[in-house]
Amino acid sequence: MVPLTAYLIVAALLFCIGMYAVLARRNAIAILMGVELMLNAVNINLVAFWRFLTPSTTATGSGLQVGMAGQTFAIFVFVVAAAEAAVGLALILSVFRNRRTVIAENVDSLKL
Amino acid sequence: MNWLEWGFFGVLTILVIGGGLAVVLNRNLFHSALWLIVSLFGVAGLFVMLSAPFLAAVQVLVYIGAIVILIIFAIMLTRRMMGISEAPNSQWTLGLAAAALTFLVIAMTLVLASNGANPLIPREPLTQIGGESLRDLGVALVDLNQYVLPFLLASVLLEAAMVGAIVLARGEE
Repeated sequence: MVPLTAYLIVAALLFCIGMYAVLARRNAIAILMGVELMLNAVNINLVAFWRFLTPSTTATGSGLQVGMAGQTFAIFVFVVAAAEAAVGLALILSVFRNRRTVIAENVDSLKL
Repeated sequence: MNWLEWGFFGVLTILVIGGGLAVVLNRNLFHSALWLIVSLFGVAGLFVMLSAPFLAAVQVLVYIGAIVILIIFAIMLTRRMMGISEAPNSQWTLGLAAAALTFLVIAMTLVLASNGANPLIPREPLTQIGGESLRDLGVALVDLNQYVLPFLLASVLLEAAMVGAIVLARGEE
């Protein structure tokens, strides 16, 4: 099987690509896409660690059971990503309606 | 069989990383959103290789089917910004340096840590995962001794976020 290190390096590369998008893009929607890439990198990490490091099956009342912590965390990341995308895009639409721009640098009325 | 697996892994890596790079470097926002689909599809393939088929299906349904469509809607609703070919901001060199440095640090740490027999970074999985894992995932999410409380909290969070998004996007009438 492909070793764990390969998955982790792919995830690290994807995370850094997303980080560059967040730091360097000017359009707020592009920044949000970078955040999505970063969340996906985290999900690859969670599932890879789950696959490689889940301890052996435990016996419960309903039979043998595999530990599911990694996949459960990944599902919570999905939920948070969906909530983040919905609220973020609603905020961007609201800003666009009021200020006629989605360039993050031009929205600076909180700046001193 | 090993070379076949490495082949699939290589193709998926090219999809994930190439799609991600295209998202970041493309000046046209709409094309970025389309490349994001390619990248997310590659991630779904990686989930299949890691024997998590349910997560792969959720990835395609939720990310590609919902989030990217939402992003494309937002791009079209802010259409005056769509035609503008957008240059990176003035500090993009700093951002590039930070991202490259982060990757170098993580990659060096990983390579050093996986050199030798580190029990935290095994070369082979500890257990064989069979077809039962989907049932176990369902049980884990609703089992009183496992994740039922975080599961309910996540539902409440999603509900609150959706209501908030509607209120924010509706504007004032």
